[in-house]
Order: sequence, then structure tokens, then C-alpha cells
Amino acid sequence: MYTSLSRKLLLTLLAWLIALIIFFPIFWMILTSFKTEFEAISTPPTLFFEPTLAGYREVMARADYNTFAFNSFAVSVGSTLLALLVGLPAAYSMAFLPTKRTRGTLLWMLSTKMLPPVGVLMPIYLIFRDLGLLDSLTGLIVIYMLMNLPIVVWMLYTFFRDVPREILEAARMDGAGTLQEVLYLLVPLTLPGIASTGLLSVILSWNEAFWSINLTTSDAAPLTAFIASFSSPEGLFWARLSAASTMAVAPILLFGWMTQKQMVRGLTFGAVK
Amino acid sequence: MQRRASGRTVGGMRALLLQAPAVSLLLVWMLIPLGMTLWFSFQRYNLLNPMISGFAGWNNYTFLLTDPALWIAIGNTLLMVCWVLGITVIGGVLLAVLFHQEFFGRGIARLLVISPFFIMPTVSALVWKNMMMHPVNGIFAWLFKLAGLQPIDWFSSYPLTSIVIIVSWEWLPFALLILLTAIQSLDDDQIEAARMDGAGPLAIFWFITLPHLKRAISVVVMIEMIFLLTIFAEIFVTTSGGPGLASTTLAYLIYLRALLDFNIGIASAGGVIAIILANLVAIFLIRTVARNLET
Repeated sequence: MYTSLSRKLLLTLLAWLIALIIFFPIFWMILTSFKTEFEAISTPPTLFFEPTLAGYREVMARADYNTFAFNSFAVSVGSTLLALLVGLPAAYSMAFLPTKRTRGTLLWMLSTKMLPPVGVLMPIYLIFRDLGLLDSLTGLIVIYMLMNLPIVVWMLYTFFRDVPREILEAARMDGAGTLQEVLYLLVPLTLPGIASTGLLSVILSWNEAFWSINLTTSDAAPLTAFIASFSSPEGLFWARLSAASTMAVAPILLFGWMTQKQMVRGLTFGAVK
Repeated sequence: MQRRASGRTVGGMRALLLQAPAVSLLLVWMLIPLGMTLWFSFQRYNLLNPMISGFAGWNNYTFLLTDPALWIAIGNTLLMVCWVLGITVIGGVLLAVLFHQEFFGRGIARLLVISPFFIMPTVSALVWKNMMMHPVNGIFAWLFKLAGLQPIDWFSSYPLTSIVIIVSWEWLPFALLILLTAIQSLDDDQIEAARMDGAGPLAIFWFITLPHLKRAISVVVMIEMIFLLTIFAEIFVTTSGGPGLASTTLAYLIYLRALLDFNIGIASAGGVIAIILANLVAIFLIRTVARNLET
């Protein structure tokens, strides 16, 4: 009894030490966001101080902060809804109406994810320029939707596949049409799965930084691009940078914590459950 | 019988119709840019100098392949990918074993440790650049001074190492998350039986846990490789590929040629090389996933 308790205490100590070290940069960023600019850069670093919201006020006072935040929101939610709209029917048919081609189609969808963005940067940039989509929300929404579509289809497919077929067949016997079957049975049954699929897509779009930096300048720039602009001299204002960063990552961190378990399926294309 | 047969073809038609939007969108998304990149890579095409045009043959490729910058960039990419993979996979396995044990506050500790994966790359990079690795005011500089050492100017002295540290910090939680999920499906009875037979913790880890994690590890390696090959934002906001080319990876080099030099021909040829590299990895990943689909 004694040895198992002391073992547990030792494990607790070790695991928490590692967890705190890994989490430290995030903790420090949040802490710095409540400091004055002077305290933020002081050495030795100040751990105890009178918290101030000055950093947040400075960031919010920028007329364009709301634009960046709104862009991030619109782009990630918009692209996710579109991906779900297109992905749901596809995943449904793959799970419940499998044909000989289903396997090939799924793998082919996965393979489109393997195309490195830099490989197609030039064509996309030129197409967007000619269509007037550079620095537009529509452009980013389309890119993110396509970027996440394979993951969305795969993840929904693995959730749908777990639904016992008998349930759907029983409903069909009772005369339910396909749409009713999907709306009243499948969606409620797999709602947690659909929700975590959506959240993963939101997280990936919110954090995407290659296309957002290269395809937007000001009007459609989301928070990733806004934060990147702190790499220049303005980055010297650490309290302000921390405040902006904390606001940019807080919602996504919460989503990530909420859906970590289901997310593994989407991230590994169902290979690890 | 007949009804069934017709039902199947109707089913086939329905499947086709339901999949059509997703499939056609992805087809367009893949084929058009890919075709254009291939086409541009054989063209003389510079946005800053519209006078130069026409078929370039293999010129873009020979220019790129004889440019030392390409080889430096590919070398940096491989170095970065190998180091990050080594750190995150070995660290991920060890942490997965640790965080699989029972201890006080395990749920919260797990949340803390996977958090970096959800932080947007530009934030991660800037927090590390400014608050951790800053040569004067950073936490590392302070710790070095406490230990009586000379603080390091990370991004000018060890640019690629700095990038490796930041990227490993972002991807270690990913490896841990996947491996922790995989380890949870490990049969406890099997471990108990092995322990009864007198197997020590190391033997259990080596002969039971590690083989069980084999597929999860290979999936982590392949997915990370695909993302690591195209790491961009972390370099963009910290070193901008410098000093010189010291932290320029292939992805960043293509960006430099494309959007700073506006040399579309050369950038596209670089893009084709990046696509070929990524596909070498992708084939293996798709094979592994396909094996899982059989069941």
C-alpha cells in the first residue's frame, strides 16, 4: 500500500513538472498580457505584479482589431459549414451505400491532403489575382473548405461506420425516407461525432497561417496574419503582443480541450482510434 | 431478387450523386493547380518582367538544381524534419507511457501538456522568439545568467536549432495525443499476465507497449513529415530564413522565389520538387491507412 502510494506521488510530481514546463510558454504569455509594457520586458522577470488590462485596451483600441477577429471567425466557421454541407452526403454514401470504388475514393481524397501548399502557391495566387479573390474572405473560405474537406469526409465516415446498420434499416422498414432517416436518426445518433468534426475543422482553419499570410493583406487578414505583423518593430510591445495572442488562442484552446479524444480519429484518418 | 438488383444500381447511382460535389471539388482543387504548376515550371515567366516569356524547357529545373541555395534548403529541411521527428516521437512515446499511469490531477495535467498543439503557429513562434529566446529579456537569457553563463542569441547563433525547438514544442503534444489514445487500447490483462510471469517494467515496455504502438508511431511519423515539410509561419515570423540561408527550408525558398522575386517559372519548378518529396512520404502513409480500411 505504502509503496504504491509513494509511487503515485512520485509519478504525480514528475508528470506535473513536465506538464508545467511544456505549458510554461502559454502561461507566461497569459501572465505577460496583464503586465505593463515596462514589467513585460524587465529582467529578472516579474512573477508578482499588479495586473492591468492596459495591453488588452491597447489592442482593442486599434480600429482594425475587430476586423481581424471577425475575419478569423467568418473564415473558420464559413469554411467549416461548407465542408460539412459537402462532406456529409459523401460520408453518408460511403458508409451506408458502399461500392467497389468507395475505398479508392476515400484514399484518393486523403491523397489530395498530401499536396504541399507551396507546390501550388503560384497557380492559386495567379488564379486568385485574376478572379479578384486576393485579400477576400470568399477566397480564404474556399481554400480552407477544400483543405479540410478530406478530413471532414474521413472523420464523418469513421463515425457513420460505427452506427449499426440495423437501426437505419428498421427506420426504412417503417417507411422513413432517406432525408428523414438522416435528419431524425443519423444526425442525432452521431451528433457528438459531427460536432467534433466541425470543431477540428474550425481549429485547423483558425490556426492556418500559410495561405492567410500569402493571400491576404489587410481587408481579409485573419488573426494569424495580424499576429505575424507583430514580428516587425511593433513586436517590442510584449504586453500588447501577449494580449492579442491570448485573445487569439483562447477560444481554440477551449475547443481543443473539449474534443481532444474524438479529434485523434480525424487527425489520423481513422488509423488510430 | 430483381428488386434487389435494381435497388443496387439505384444505390450506386445515389452514391455517385451524393459523392459528386465533394469529389468534383477536390478534383478541381487538385488537378488545376497541379497542372498549372507543371506548366509554369517549363515556362519563362516573371511577373516583374513580362517581356520574358516562352517555353523554357528544363532551364528552370537546371537553374534550380545548380543553385546551391536549393541544396542548402533541402539540407535544412531534412535536418529540421529529422530532429523534430526524433524529439517528438521519442518524447511522445515516453510521455504517453507516463501520462497513461494513474496520478493525481491526471486529467488537468493532460490538458496542459497537449495545449501547444492548439496554439496558432504565428503566436507560438512570436512567444518563443520574444519572451523565451530573446537574448536580453527572455526567460532563457535570465536562466543562463542565473547559472552564471553567457546568454545565447538564439536566432542569430543557432537559427535552425531555434526553429527545431519551436516546432518540436508544437508537435510533441500532437505525438503525445495520438500515442496516448493508442496506448489506452492496450490490453491491461496482457500486461498483468506478463508481470505475473516476472517481466520487469522495461521488458513490458519493450516487448508489449512498443509493438502495440508500432502503427500509431508510423502514422505520427508520416503525418508529421507531411506537415513539417511545409513549415512556413514559424520561419516567416522569426528568422525569415536567415541569417543568410541558415534557416531557409525548401518551402521557404519557394516562397522567396515566388512572392519576393516573382519568378513564377523557378518557383513552380521548386513546387514540383516539393510535391515529389511529399509524395514519397505520402505513398507510405496511404498504404498504412489503406490496410486499416480492410476491416
